[in-house]
Amino acid sequence: MKARPKIQSFSNVVLSVKHIYKNYGLINAVSDVSFSVEKSKTIGLLGSNGAGKTTTIMMLMGILKATSGEIKILEKDVYKYRNKIAKYINFASPFVELPHRLTVLQNLKVFGHLYGVKYLDDQIHKISMDLDILDLLKRRVGKLSAGQKTRVSLAKSLINNPKILFLDEPTASLDPDNADWIRTYLEKYQKQTGATFILASHNMPEVERLCHNVVMMGNGKVIDYDSPKNLITRYKSKDLEEVFLQLARKDKV
Amino acid sequence: MILFIRRIYAMILRHIYLFMCSWPRVLELIYWPFLNMVLWAFMSKFLAQNSNIFLMASGVLIASVIMWDTLFRGQLGVTLSFIEELWSRNLGNIAVSPLKPIELVISLIIASFLRTLIGVGGAGIAAYFLFDFHIPLFGIGFILFFINLLIMGWALGLAICALLIRFGLSAETFAWAALFFIQPLCGVFYPVTILPEWLQPLSLLIPATYIFEGMRLAFFDGVFGSDLLLKAFLINIIYIFIGVCLLLFSYSYAKKNGLLLANGE
Repeated sequence: MKARPKIQSFSNVVLSVKHIYKNYGLINAVSDVSFSVEKSKTIGLLGSNGAGKTTTIMMLMGILKATSGEIKILEKDVYKYRNKIAKYINFASPFVELPHRLTVLQNLKVFGHLYGVKYLDDQIHKISMDLDILDLLKRRVGKLSAGQKTRVSLAKSLINNPKILFLDEPTASLDPDNADWIRTYLEKYQKQTGATFILASHNMPEVERLCHNVVMMGNGKVIDYDSPKNLITRYKSKDLEEVFLQLARKDKV
Repeated sequence: MILFIRRIYAMILRHIYLFMCSWPRVLELIYWPFLNMVLWAFMSKFLAQNSNIFLMASGVLIASVIMWDTLFRGQLGVTLSFIEELWSRNLGNIAVSPLKPIELVISLIIASFLRTLIGVGGAGIAAYFLFDFHIPLFGIGFILFFINLLIMGWALGLAICALLIRFGLSAETFAWAALFFIQPLCGVFYPVTILPEWLQPLSLLIPATYIFEGMRLAFFDGVFGSDLLLKAFLINIIYIFIGVCLLLFSYSYAKKNGLLLANGE
């Protein structure tokens, strides 16, 4: 029997996007977006509402087909090898929820099986310890606070030890303490595992803290692309928020 | 465990957990088929006292209602299992996971089978003990009648899921109402010869028509209509194929139009 080809990345680039377009009829949601992300790095997608961030993330995850262009994850075409790639990525967003009636443990078991996780019970125990949700395991997701839900959603997204994790506003609606806890955890997790994060956020201090590079998007296009530090210097601003506001007021993002 | 089986198992487990956590859902599964059966069982008793036809085959109305429920619950089992993902805004998580659309289809069918088994099986057992109801089994022949009703229910259920993916929860009404459009045409309680002549060809396109006809043949004449079973089965193969294709097409459409994350309440 032929051995199944395993997805291996030989270069440091784990995600590359080349000239992707997404059109809905006459509307161009995303136009000529290109960038690449290296292993163990976090890239931020920034832009005002409707800038094309979520559309881009959906295309990167392979659940929205680009009109044209090429997206490669771990050197494989995201659409052609979607099911193979899916094992190595995961996703957390406060806007996509877990079944409320199920307990945290039940949800983690379901998604653990969906991702084909080996030694699932051990993995659930480890993640629950790390994310401090051990005492929530038997509680229903619907009964949790926003902060607890975010941790549980993060636990679900880490159940398969993803090589690439997509985070859509991971700290939206969290108080500063909970938000800081999540950011610290993500930093620690990345150091330990070498995972790559793709982060869409409106929280500029968060992006400044977590991201190695930032893709500034406006009207579906990449307006600028650099490290937060370089962007701040280039736009002669005191922080990333000021950069964002400058571009927004020029109607670019 | 082979990975694709494990993914399907995960989706079944999700529904089993849901039922374990929500007793009103389990109760609802049993409640309607049971109530329907009881109502028609009393009606049968009354008719048997006043009509020779029903005296000859007293179980025919109970059989009709149990078989109708098999069809309805089979369809509802597929659509409700899918709607649960929309209600809980979980479709995005599932779409991102390695679950393939065809595995989703298989898991919906298995979930529907389990739901129907609980609901209709419960009503059938109750009919046996409370009303001394017996189905003429003809070996496994009559079970094949039930299986055909399930297949038709699944085909329709998958087609409705395709609409749900395309139009979101605004298409939810179809889940409850679609089959009742077919009910008068497929002769659940009466032979289709009662229908106006221009409607009869339409009823012949419905697999359930042959099954209900076969059921009456068994009750009234004690004959197993294998030709009717075969006709139903052949039409069902076409319909289940169309149902699966519609769902896969709709999923692909959703992928092109960004509907997989946007679906929800």
